[in-house]
Amino acid sequence: MSAPIDPVIAGEALGCSEAPVLRERGQHEVFCGLTSIIWLHRKLQDAFFLVVGSRTCAHLMQSAAGVMIFAEPRFGTAIMEERDLAGMADMHEELDRTVDRLLARRPDIRMLVLVGSCPSEVIKLDLSRAAQRLSNKHTPDCRVVAYSGSGIETTFTQGEDNFLTALVEDLPAASASDAPNLIVAGALADVVEDQFQRLFDAVGIDDVSFFPMRNSNDLPRVGPNTVVALAQPYLGATAKALEGRGASILSTLTPYGEEGTTAWLTAISEAMGADLSALEAAIEMPRQRARKAVDAYRATLEDKKLFFFPDSQLEPSLARFLYREAGCEIVEVGTPFLHRKYAQPELKLLPADTHIAEGQDVDRQIDRARAAEPDLVVCGMGLGNPFEAQDQATKWSIELVFSPIQGYEQAGDLAELFARPLRRREKLAVPLPADDGRRHRIFGTSRQVGGAV
Amino acid sequence: MQLAVWTYEGPPHVGALRVAASMEGVHYVLHAPQGDTYADLLFTMIERNTKRPPVTYTTFQARDLGSDTAEIFKKACSEAVARFNPQAVLVGASCTAELLQDDPGGLAKTLDLPVPAIPLELPSYMRKENWGAAETFYQIVRGFCGGQRGDDMGNRPRNLCNIVGPTSLGFRNRDDVTEIVTLLESMGVDVNVVAPLSASPADIARLPQASFNVLLYPEVGDVTARWLEREFGQPTVRTVPIGVGATREFISEVAELAGVDAAPALENGHDRFSWYSRSIDSNYLTNKRVFIYGDATHAVAAARICSEELGFEVCGIGTYAREFARDVRSAAKKYGVDPVISDDHLEVEDAIIAAQPELVLGTQMERHVAKRLGLPCAVISSPVHVQDFPARYSPQMGFEGANVIFDTWVHPLMMGLEEHLLGMFREDFEFNDGAEPSHLAAHGGGSHGKASPSAQNDDQPAVDRYATMERDALKAVQRADDGAIRWTDEAETELRKIPFFVRGKARRNTEAYAANEGRNPITLDTLYDAKAHFGR
Repeated sequence: MSAPIDPVIAGEALGCSEAPVLRERGQHEVFCGLTSIIWLHRKLQDAFFLVVGSRTCAHLMQSAAGVMIFAEPRFGTAIMEERDLAGMADMHEELDRTVDRLLARRPDIRMLVLVGSCPSEVIKLDLSRAAQRLSNKHTPDCRVVAYSGSGIETTFTQGEDNFLTALVEDLPAASASDAPNLIVAGALADVVEDQFQRLFDAVGIDDVSFFPMRNSNDLPRVGPNTVVALAQPYLGATAKALEGRGASILSTLTPYGEEGTTAWLTAISEAMGADLSALEAAIEMPRQRARKAVDAYRATLEDKKLFFFPDSQLEPSLARFLYREAGCEIVEVGTPFLHRKYAQPELKLLPADTHIAEGQDVDRQIDRARAAEPDLVVCGMGLGNPFEAQDQATKWSIELVFSPIQGYEQAGDLAELFARPLRRREKLAVPLPADDGRRHRIFGTSRQVGGAV
Repeated sequence: MQLAVWTYEGPPHVGALRVAASMEGVHYVLHAPQGDTYADLLFTMIERNTKRPPVTYTTFQARDLGSDTAEIFKKACSEAVARFNPQAVLVGASCTAELLQDDPGGLAKTLDLPVPAIPLELPSYMRKENWGAAETFYQIVRGFCGGQRGDDMGNRPRNLCNIVGPTSLGFRNRDDVTEIVTLLESMGVDVNVVAPLSASPADIARLPQASFNVLLYPEVGDVTARWLEREFGQPTVRTVPIGVGATREFISEVAELAGVDAAPALENGHDRFSWYSRSIDSNYLTNKRVFIYGDATHAVAAARICSEELGFEVCGIGTYAREFARDVRSAAKKYGVDPVISDDHLEVEDAIIAAQPELVLGTQMERHVAKRLGLPCAVISSPVHVQDFPARYSPQMGFEGANVIFDTWVHPLMMGLEEHLLGMFREDFEFNDGAEPSHLAAHGGGSHGKASPSAQNDDQPAVDRYATMERDALKAVQRADDGAIRWTDEAETELRKIPFFVRGKARRNTEAYAANEGRNPITLDTLYDAKAHFGR
């Protein structure tokens, strides 16, 4: 006997969906939208992302990626220089020349993406116009699109949201007489896509497109019979644009954990008119596996207090998973941007006293985190080591964006990502650093190298 | 507009941030959008600092642009001073805020701050990281020493010096400082202040009390050292003690300025490098071709070590640091090669391929290039990577630095007898072009090394890719030139019997010889005539 599929939202509980949200407008210690290029450029195998920006943008890209260049990356930066800004060089002509050079070097590129940055936005460089002009010039070999990943408008994952939004207008139209089709929006690891595809096959949902697509020419159709399931919770603008093209957007949980994945697949199956008993049969084993896999970490995670710093907008969904399936206590859910409409199903499942914070004032949030004495702080790379040096366990949040965490088969991996730092601390029998790693002892003596030697 | 996939230097405000993060009691208020906060991870992740760098970003947003970004700056600045209580605050703008022209320096003045505010004007669209670090350090030193008078310094102890230039995120600066402080103290020379690394504003104000300055990193400290020279009559020790010869010169130069005896330090130095290099097993290092690229100081020092102390042949040298290009140009002239003055990593890669080195000394970027080409490589310069902050003591400067360099640069090379065996028994089926030196097997990680002969066709080893690239480059030249030189099949086959690590050189020499002698195509005889002509 298979377990019945849980209703998407149990009862009419409101959870913390009506709770007041702390909105902060201080220092935001977060990445800008350019950073999402790091996964987008690998997802789209024939696209090149050209940031039109400054040396800072280029430096960000290589530093945030945390890696050097193993294969030639399909991203780069057109660095604006003094002569461009002083008007000595026409910026559009310069850009055309840069693009010509780039496409000559990379004839395999089918889609060039111009990405706006803080400086290009501030000087109001019109990249959409440039994209149109360049598209006309390089068609049919390569089409050119533009979006903004600037840090004055976007935070981290919002870059992907803007990119997909820019693609929506190019999607071919489906008519009202076409059979329903499904768009799964949000970049997923290839392995996760393949798993979902198998489940869709099993329940007879055969017209499925993943968006972004692996190849730039495989654009999904969109029309009044299109159903959109968000695989990532940060796609508010994309959803709105798809809605504008007639599609209906599912309101459901993000597919994290057994519960989230089941709710997500059920909502899709219902909307697509698929056979729910076939779904139930197809997911019976995966659901059991997911529960078992998460249970393996429950002893480590249960009753642990978690504090989320804002990073990727995944935070409300992650908090729900950890609360509902791993038994964590959620102290604060910081998120760079709270898209109420799509976060609602998640918030309803969190306890009413969960503290939700949108935006950031990083110093105050650090004060709050210290006062709360959580067992685990989920934060970015700028804050992790300083917390650890003070004996505060942390989970490195960027890893959550760069790991396959969706779906049944990854539920255990997702729990493990949070359990690992806690288990590691139990294992290690080495002391904390006594001082800033840089101030160290002179070899053989006990004196510090310092200004006052 | 410059197309960049990889940059050797960040923007100038990152240089300023490095200086701020090096020091104690300084806070930097940077007018910048939220994305610029990525710079924190350079310190917390790459250098693994236990503290956040002392910086507050204003993180203004698009919606603020119409209203008042200046107010946002003022609020952030006041709050940062109140919260962090620094002895001095640096104020400036990153590239985006520079376009807003809010004038952080002027705004800070209106705040009536309880501590000095030092305005930084760092033109983001013209300058880069090292320039920004140098300018910031200079402004801080001017700010805290500016009021003092040089002629009041009459009774400075002769043996008291400052060390200027080391910074956070500098290549091995942490251990270099330890090594040089230890060396100076062993000579009876006292160190007054080390700056910027670990100095406070109060320490900076004490700089004029020393008799002379030791300039370890000209990229960051040169402007300041020159100013201190002019203002306080402090001479500068300019020899950067990287390598045995330079360290010995450094000791003599310091001894003369400090009025101490150089002999004990010269005699008692724990220099193993020199003997290792003289020992017979190092014979195989003779005239190995090495390509060098990095910041100017490390590149020039490396070239001297390679040429004079390891007996290598410098086959290329370059730098991304245009401000110091002159030093690299004169070094290039000395070694008879064309300098590569460029921050375009693709240009550097092309130069490496053209130079056909047997060893590459470069930055992390060249390490990747060398990996792709199947060449041994060691890192000698910034930009830094987490691996450039080793847990062990690992200086580049002084005698211990030279010992570290010997190990680091010689280790990636094929060992002497192994090289001979590969040369003698080329046709042993277990030797293939992908065969790695046995002591490096752990680093192999690729398709080669363990590949059985039959598997070779499936996966092209790195060195074959190198050979392919080399041939492609040659073909390009030949297309452009009707008098192209051809190889007979027999000669080409013979050439393949030469081990891959010298094959490029043999090919190039043979073709140069053939062109000179007007012999075309290249036959077996041409090949061996050329070998006799060039020798090794």
